[in-house]
Amino acid sequence: MAFLILDKLTKLYGETAAVDALSLAVEKGEFVSILGPSGCGKTTTLQMIAGFVEPSAGRIMLDGADLLAVRPSRRGLGIVFQSYALFPHMTVAENVAFGLEMQGVPRAERLQRVSEALALVGLEAFAGRFPRKMSGGQQQRIALARALVIRPRVLLLDEPLSNLDAKLREEMQVELRQIQRSVGITTLLVTHDQAEAMALSDRVVVMNKGRAEQIAQADEAYDRPASGFVASFLGKTNVLTGIARVQGGRVTLAIGAAVWNLEAPAEAGPTTVSVRPERISFAPAGGLEGVVRARIFHGSQWLLQIETPAGRVSVIRQNNGERLPQEGERVGLTWRVEDMRLAPGEGAAT
Amino acid sequence: MSARGAPRGRLVPYLLSAPAMLLFAALLLAPLLATALLSLHSFNLYKGIQNVYRLDNYTDIFTDVYFYEIFARTFRLALLVSLISILVGAPEAYILNRMRAPWRGIFLLVALGPLLISVVSRTLGWALLFGSTGLVNQGLLASGLIGAPLQFMYTETGVVIALTHVLVPFMVISVWATLQRLDPQVEHAAVSLGAGTWAVMRRIVLPQVMPGILAGSIIVFALAASAFATPAIIGGRRLKVASTLAYDEFLNTLNWPLGAAIAVLLLVANLAIIVGCNRLIERRYQEAFG
Repeated sequence: MAFLILDKLTKLYGETAAVDALSLAVEKGEFVSILGPSGCGKTTTLQMIAGFVEPSAGRIMLDGADLLAVRPSRRGLGIVFQSYALFPHMTVAENVAFGLEMQGVPRAERLQRVSEALALVGLEAFAGRFPRKMSGGQQQRIALARALVIRPRVLLLDEPLSNLDAKLREEMQVELRQIQRSVGITTLLVTHDQAEAMALSDRVVVMNKGRAEQIAQADEAYDRPASGFVASFLGKTNVLTGIARVQGGRVTLAIGAAVWNLEAPAEAGPTTVSVRPERISFAPAGGLEGVVRARIFHGSQWLLQIETPAGRVSVIRQNNGERLPQEGERVGLTWRVEDMRLAPGEGAAT
Repeated sequence: MSARGAPRGRLVPYLLSAPAMLLFAALLLAPLLATALLSLHSFNLYKGIQNVYRLDNYTDIFTDVYFYEIFARTFRLALLVSLISILVGAPEAYILNRMRAPWRGIFLLVALGPLLISVVSRTLGWALLFGSTGLVNQGLLASGLIGAPLQFMYTETGVVIALTHVLVPFMVISVWATLQRLDPQVEHAAVSLGAGTWAVMRRIVLPQVMPGILAGSIIVFALAASAFATPAIIGGRRLKVASTLAYDEFLNTLNWPLGAAIAVLLLVANLAIIVGCNRLIERRYQEAFG
């Protein structure tokens, strides 16, 4: 049996469901991200687990016991808040020690565990400072140390990195993942940042309008999105419309002048497919023809925008020294049939 | 080229603040200075005010137990009113802050209500309520809780109740302003770390609103110590405080220099207490909240 189980968890605000029958099973030690746009119900879900919001229906089980029957202050969860929510009138060490004090941990052990927690996040030298005097990244670490020091059963992270600048965010992602691995703690992360969710977690839950659209490993959800929403929310994608023809058991799909042989049965007529920009390459001859309209340099890669009869197509190429077409150049685009997904929500094309 | 370097540019801030400075000097500094000078003159029942500069009035005040008692009463009342305002106002502000619209706005208006009523009608209202035939006493007598009317009028209790009523809003506003700056997630964080309601209040909320409570206390104390209308009407002629004493010296005894000396002493004592408290607050909270 899984360690943390959400069973048809529902929260209604009036008539609208902020969270609609969400079911999720998290294994012990697993890192799961709940990912979605703002207002999708991900934060409400976290708050129901934490006990700050009362569910309208459904159950939450932690380690085989009903979590909803436990008061929020007795749930033993470590929470890192988006605003960090540090106690401004306490020093760093007092902040971290607070949870242990509430548990009645004796003073000597408390000091020992506080310094261990601060060492874990690399802030031993700042124990006597006040949080206000520290940078966003340091405050973030204090919040993490404060949540971990009580040895929580589950770590809940509510958009913990969204207030940091891009470079620091990347560093903290690596550090967070390392700390989570070394402590081995079951972790639930709520975020709207798909890159963060994919970088950190074992599995992602993609939420939209209170429902889980897909629960899968990050690469699985990226490569085989269960719905059009997942495809467009996780990374960039090109949505193209072609014409499918069925001739004697063979199905072909024509986009512009280019034709693919589909192996899966499809209805004849206009068909929408999605292709990831990094799966598209330049064909020496033939393919979907178009004109390069823009070249955008991203350091490790190039983003090219190509005007084709089927619409504007984004292409991402590695900056590996290979020659790339200039703006205004005519090019042919091609991709493998298995890189193409019938969209939306049609499943695999192959 | 910069405006700061040009002589005209440097003058601009002074010119802009000149009207306010002029008003300040003419309406506050000049009368204060005149009062201070007046307090050094002497007074004779037959010859009136004598244009001399002596400290006679001050030595009179400091050597007479009568004055000592009145000043002690003034600051005892102010202290009591401040303490009760903390006990009533701080929880009131916390509850108000927790309310939802539209109740929050409505109850804030109710809480600030005393400030919207003229001091005279409010105090006369209290006098009607407190009198030996007033509503409070009639109600208590009718319910059989007391045998004889309670004495509120012309007592310190009455003055403290009436002053607290009008000054609590200042405490509420001050604490409210501090509460507005608190991150509501901080309380959640404390709960998630195992703190119960009482621990959250005592360890998390109270220390954070302490600057607001102290700032409110300074305002309430200063206003209570220098209040005039409420102690004059509820306290009457017998239960004097410093401000009503100064008033009586000016208008009844016509001993203006003595009245001025009392007013100056009240101002100095008030200033000393307020500045002292302020220093204390700044030193205590600068590190965490500065």
